[in-house]
Amino acid sequence: MKLSRTQFGLSAVIAALGLSAFPAHAGKTLDAIKARGQVVCGVNTGLAGFSQADSSGNWSGLDVDVCKAIAAATLGDANKIKWVPLNAQQRFAALQSGEIDILSRNTTFSLTRDASLGLHVTGVTYYDGQGFMVTTKSKIRDAKQLKGQTVCVQSGTTTEKNLTDFSKANNLGIKPVVFEKVEAATGAYFSGRCVAYTTDASGLASVRNKEAKNPDEHVILPQLISKEPLGPMVRRGDDEWFAITKWVIHGLLEAEEYGVTQANVDQMKSSTDPVVQRLLGTTEDTGKLLGLDKEWMARAIKAVGNYGEIFEKNVGPKSALKLPRGANNLWNKGGLMYAYPVR
Amino acid sequence: MAVAPRTPPKKRDWSWRSQAFRGLVYQILAVAVIGGAVWFLAHNTVENMRVRGIKSGFDFLFQPAGFDIGEPLFGYDSNNPYWKAFLVGVGNTLRVAIIGIILTTILGTLIGVGRFSRNGLVRGLCYAYVELFRNIPVLLQLLMWYLLFTELLPDISEAKQVGSVFLSKGGLTYPAPVWVSGHAWMFAGLIAALVAVWFYRRWAHRQFEATGKQPGTFWGSLAMVLLLTLGGWFIGGSPTEMRVPVKGEFAVEGGASFTPEFLAVLFGLTLYTAAFVAEVVRSGIASVPRGQSEAAQAIGLSRGQEMQKVLLPQALRVIIPPMTNQYLNLTKNSSLAVAIGYPDVVSISNTALNQTGRAVECIAIIMLVYLTTSLSTSFFMNWYNAKSAIKER
Repeated sequence: MKLSRTQFGLSAVIAALGLSAFPAHAGKTLDAIKARGQVVCGVNTGLAGFSQADSSGNWSGLDVDVCKAIAAATLGDANKIKWVPLNAQQRFAALQSGEIDILSRNTTFSLTRDASLGLHVTGVTYYDGQGFMVTTKSKIRDAKQLKGQTVCVQSGTTTEKNLTDFSKANNLGIKPVVFEKVEAATGAYFSGRCVAYTTDASGLASVRNKEAKNPDEHVILPQLISKEPLGPMVRRGDDEWFAITKWVIHGLLEAEEYGVTQANVDQMKSSTDPVVQRLLGTTEDTGKLLGLDKEWMARAIKAVGNYGEIFEKNVGPKSALKLPRGANNLWNKGGLMYAYPVR
Repeated sequence: MAVAPRTPPKKRDWSWRSQAFRGLVYQILAVAVIGGAVWFLAHNTVENMRVRGIKSGFDFLFQPAGFDIGEPLFGYDSNNPYWKAFLVGVGNTLRVAIIGIILTTILGTLIGVGRFSRNGLVRGLCYAYVELFRNIPVLLQLLMWYLLFTELLPDISEAKQVGSVFLSKGGLTYPAPVWVSGHAWMFAGLIAALVAVWFYRRWAHRQFEATGKQPGTFWGSLAMVLLLTLGGWFIGGSPTEMRVPVKGEFAVEGGASFTPEFLAVLFGLTLYTAAFVAEVVRSGIASVPRGQSEAAQAIGLSRGQEMQKVLLPQALRVIIPPMTNQYLNLTKNSSLAVAIGYPDVVSISNTALNQTGRAVECIAIIMLVYLTTSLSTSFFMNWYNAKSAIKER
């Protein structure tokens, strides 16, 4: 049997599960990271705005910045990261087997994933929903016009099931054409094999603006057919590492809410606001409770900025993706982003 | 009372000097090491998964799958359980493998025989074909065919129409009969016809051996097949309802179709494997001593008869074992279909793997499926090989 790269990777991971005689001890992820001096972060193989490597191998994107913030908080250097690009099939096995410390790869949180994979969902970094993209000349302007049509979709995602649910609920009989790689799925759509391409709306924007020859020839339909809360996942059995990941995300949100930015983080250390003082570790030592030092959040913000800055830089209206802030705005600005108090 | 025959007591030498004893010890050791390694791997996997809180087991196969499949071979709905989804995938794999094996055998044999043609152009073309197709990786060939189909064919909304057949990026859509129970009679008639033809040809062969005259069987066989099949169709109430594709607002609707994915996989695998089959056939024919060919000509057989009655039957003995390899390769290579979106068992399994997270189980199922199909092919070909081998008495 000829193995594709994915299958080979999966087999390797399964073999690793079989060979590793003893499981990692709880609470040791941070120790292991400190010992090796690197956070190993699993990211998407290439999704503009979320995680993408440039020609010299520098990764950028929203998911990438989350990892950088965690590396800055734990190791003091946002560049001490080993990037492991993963496709949809490999991602959970890579995290389960301990190949990566954290999976920051536009992954949707769901009950099955949280409860049966031996993994934990941490915090939402992007509220998304699944949509459709069609060509302008197809004259389809409503997802319900897709009756009996072919839709290109990448396998190994929640997308396939959402598509089926939507097709069933509206009695559309949509025919999915399923590809293993996202490049193959979008390639087939752009060549005209499918009437529509479906994935999370952010992914549609990314594909339209980065891969289409002429973005104006493609329309993203207004309906969203699912809820897709995206964020990083970690292995079960290491509560300390789980807490660090979760609180770095909340810290980035808290920083935006209280106006701490990449540029002003040093001046803000002398702020008199007790929330800012706690966040930046000038009064209370919140880092100690997580097994870190008091400057943990200050370094993270200095490295990548607060959540709002990360959003603007990678996917926001001024970036190539031009996504509106929408549900990803702070709770007090009409969005869903609500930081637990960092105290 | 029967008296036990006197046999000299078997001398058992349980010492290290005995070759039989040493052999036994080595075999037991080898089995123990392999068994131990397998147990160690399996035990560790299960234990590690349990410790890490990863749910495992095959119980998920009975839960609803919840995803659609683009081209199911038989009725499948997203409410059906996972095992049925896997079955659809296996069906798609077998569909492309079986059709591919038949086409590749025909094409490969033609090209292999063509290498012996007296016409230099035919010989050259066959040679060029073999060298071209066997030296390009099969994955590239699949991608190339898929690109050709999806780039060059007209858009779905502007499908090319010949009668009721449409060709577009959506694939080849053609009218298909609506399945009713009456068709079962038609198939029963066809099977009866095939059985009758078999008996008829056996009779003709006996006749030939007895009298030396060869009765022509072609027209008789054809008539039997046509009459019995049509007869079955009439008994079944002559169903004529067809699903005819029509041009819809956005695409071609109705009818049955070959998708570009299926066509690309079939073309790619067939053309690639045919190059190898051609070489196998050529080596088989070349292995028949030249005297056989000369003898056939000496007794006045035509070139076609010489090939059909003298060369190919003898060549078959050399051809069958390596041919089995090619069939197995074609079946296994069909797993590459996942790259171009054909819903074969690997593709379905990938989806199931992601919905359920049961990586070990899904990979195990894929391996089991390929192992089963390959071993079945192997057994059949071994049986056929034994049947066509020289019977030495």
